[in-house]
Amino acid sequence: MLEKLVIVGNGMAPGRMLEHLIEKAPSRYQVTIFNAEPRVNYDRIMLSPVLSGEKDYEEIIIHGDGWYIKNGITLYKGHKIVAIDRAARAVTSNHGVVAHYDKLVIATGSSPLILPVPGNTLAGVLTYRDLDDVQAMMLAAQSRAKAVVIGGGLLGLEAAAGLNERGMDVTVLHLMPTLMERQLDPAAGYLLQRELEKRGIKIITRANTKAIIGERRVEGVELADGRVIPATLVVMAAGIRPNAALAKDAGIDINRGILVSEGMRTSDPDIYAIGECAEVGGHVYGLVAPLYEMARVAASHLAGDNAPRFAHSDTPTKLKVTGIDVFSVGDFADNDDGERQEIVLRDASAGVYKRLVLKDNRIIGTVLYGETGDGAWFNDLKKKAVDITEMRDTLIFGQAYQGGSPLDPMAAVAALPDDAEICGCNGVCKGKIIGAIEEKGLTSLDDVRAHTKASASCGSCTGLVEQVMKLALGDTYNPVAVQPMCSCTSLGHDDVRRLIKAKGLKTIPAVMQELEWKTSCGCAKCRQALNYYLVCDWPGEYADDYQSRFINERVHANIQKDGTYSVVPRMWGGVTSAKELRAIADVVDKFQIPTVKVTGGQRIDMLGIRKQDLPAVWADLGKAGFVSGHAYAKGLRTVKTCVGSEWCRFGTQDSTGLGIRIEKFMWGSWTPAKVKMAVSGCPRNCAEATCKDVGVICVDSGFEIHFGGAAGLDIKGTEVLGLARSEDEALEVIVALTQMYREQGRYLERIYKWAKRIGVAEIRRQVLEDVERRRTYFDRFVASQRYAQVDPWSERACGKDAHEFRPMATVGLAVAAE
Amino acid sequence: MNWIPIGQLSDIPSRGARCVNTPAGRIAVFRTADDRVFAIDDHCPHKGGPLSQGIVHGAAVTCPLHNWVISLETGKALGADEGAVRTIPVKVEDGRLFIALDAVSNKAA
Repeated sequence: MLEKLVIVGNGMAPGRMLEHLIEKAPSRYQVTIFNAEPRVNYDRIMLSPVLSGEKDYEEIIIHGDGWYIKNGITLYKGHKIVAIDRAARAVTSNHGVVAHYDKLVIATGSSPLILPVPGNTLAGVLTYRDLDDVQAMMLAAQSRAKAVVIGGGLLGLEAAAGLNERGMDVTVLHLMPTLMERQLDPAAGYLLQRELEKRGIKIITRANTKAIIGERRVEGVELADGRVIPATLVVMAAGIRPNAALAKDAGIDINRGILVSEGMRTSDPDIYAIGECAEVGGHVYGLVAPLYEMARVAASHLAGDNAPRFAHSDTPTKLKVTGIDVFSVGDFADNDDGERQEIVLRDASAGVYKRLVLKDNRIIGTVLYGETGDGAWFNDLKKKAVDITEMRDTLIFGQAYQGGSPLDPMAAVAALPDDAEICGCNGVCKGKIIGAIEEKGLTSLDDVRAHTKASASCGSCTGLVEQVMKLALGDTYNPVAVQPMCSCTSLGHDDVRRLIKAKGLKTIPAVMQELEWKTSCGCAKCRQALNYYLVCDWPGEYADDYQSRFINERVHANIQKDGTYSVVPRMWGGVTSAKELRAIADVVDKFQIPTVKVTGGQRIDMLGIRKQDLPAVWADLGKAGFVSGHAYAKGLRTVKTCVGSEWCRFGTQDSTGLGIRIEKFMWGSWTPAKVKMAVSGCPRNCAEATCKDVGVICVDSGFEIHFGGAAGLDIKGTEVLGLARSEDEALEVIVALTQMYREQGRYLERIYKWAKRIGVAEIRRQVLEDVERRRTYFDRFVASQRYAQVDPWSERACGKDAHEFRPMATVGLAVAAE
Repeated sequence: MNWIPIGQLSDIPSRGARCVNTPAGRIAVFRTADDRVFAIDDHCPHKGGPLSQGIVHGAAVTCPLHNWVISLETGKALGADEGAVRTIPVKVEDGRLFIALDAVSNKAA
């Protein structure tokens, strides 16, 4: 029978431990995991890029649901273990699930310190620990109001930079005189502070928090010197504390953390502890490299190999704020013993500071700011205690200067020994990466990450990994290459769009010829993209190529899994009438349509229509005044509205009227991906305009225009473009915005992704602030609508493309009927 | 072989397809950009999607349901997917199209 292994906690350390264990002893244990968070294992180091908007949650998942299923692991999500019964060898969750174990691993991680000051439980006080915290911060950031971050360490500064990136007015309160004083010396701390201040983050050092003030919600933070900093959001990032209470209650020895041996065993030999909750050799750890080392040791012991021991080593610190390069490792306290020497390099104009601390001609500490490329090399020299006497004069300039070799980053990577560590998080050395590339024939960064884990955690060594790949693969690997549109071309979407305009290419064959397509007539990916680009760029001149459109856009209905179609007529602004509803009812009866459903976009969907019936269905709907709702199109879908000032006691403007006006103005236009809009009559936002591609919130003073929301695969609130004073102005801004997106978006790229690429500020400048420019976008849209606003349903009801809806022939069916 | 007339080459749009209903099931007849004609079952080996409604490129079609790419010449799925559909003999004579169902088993039963 399998032994039962129960794991309390599902963070990065136990996740990594399981990977090792599955490799070493795949069928030894029946594994059960309890995760207090209601989700799978994700990369906590990457929460900062999620907060700043550079990554999505999906991109930081380490083990998806499928991984647990594939490996036969039972994962209880949202179950917190409340008790360990060591006599019965069982654990109990807060939902009453009891699991028995032969071996137990405690990986409860750590909790943020909550300052013991008045007001610390007010609404609006958050910590920075897990995805829930990040989502709460992202929600709070939408108000664009003031935030205070307490704590100027690694986590606090990443939180501050993320909130600043999201448009909040951020103040950092730090108790000590310089930022990150545990990881940086004062000089580097000063440079860091100056850089953050340049980005608009206010920093108050020597700030002693006295109280958090507010009635029901946070209103500000009061300092010991009497100053009050107004804030609607307070993030506590003043440190972490190992979660050892569960172990303590079970009678397991603890100190600051759960005490474990170098084999990760607690005082109970059947119970292990790993991760931030564990204390080994007098240290508790917060950076991922030693936690992964614990995971490796624990997995070996669980697999029956008791040889590996955990050994302390210094882990380099890196700050994950885009554009700020900081590196430090080892001992760099100011010298007082007379035995230490240091080498310092400063370049004020370039904002570079480098400091090496030496003892007995060996590096014992390194602090780098602004230029961190040699961090790995310095760390390697430190680890191996290399005597640097010979290269002392040029040491600070880095590896490229040693031995008179030219200043070439590739040469520097080439010169690294095979055992030089490239990825600190996962302990991957250069030799392992090169070995994997050669043995397994890897060619892409993703492959290397999958096979070696190099740069798969915090990602800060990605550049270095790419250099190693270039070294191994030669010129065949080009890390800065743009992603081609598809395998038919080496050009990316942006180049293709630019060249279509620059060379005046007006047909798909012309594009393929002039841009040297590698296939004779493209593929399903590039043909659809090219057709859109040509429709958009040459309105009235380009003849739409229906054979390059997806079936839905070719037959103007939505294909379903059984090959039937669904049909959604336009209901302007979601408003309908008895006559329209009666016409729909008649069509449903006449064609025996099996399912009628109200859509999320305030219209009615008829599902299960046979293809050959479509033209007749449209003819009947057309008689009642219906036109296509384009529910199948990469184009304008719906404009959802609330009833607005016409009926609602809170309505500030005629939101229904504006919605209908926008829809009537813009229907029929093709866009890179679908466009859904909404107009809400007041900030209560009943039309849910703040998760749409384009949304309007009516206010007394006018129309607040939003864009770049998403509520599908991704969930994202909109960005505020600005305020329009009149309906006319609102329409003009929305149309200009859409046209800018039409001209610049990559095929299938939704507005929010396009906006992330272009930048909200740039879009605002072009379609809101620059009135001339807005007008030219508007005019181009209007010109293109002359050719686009043709109802495709009435055309087909009148016989266009009849071949699409009829079989070419029916042969020998009499035989078949027998 | 018993060649059954099904229509004209010009009935099918270039880089397109039409359906023919037969006792052996619905057959998709394709016309490529260089006017070659192929006939295969109108039934993707993956989830039964109607291949006749896919985008035709080279001598292949991309299924509209989940983007499998099927070779019109062999009926086999291309790329990483595995599966195949029946190919049906088809010929063009003076712009007229014929299929032969002799070798194809009766699927309507």
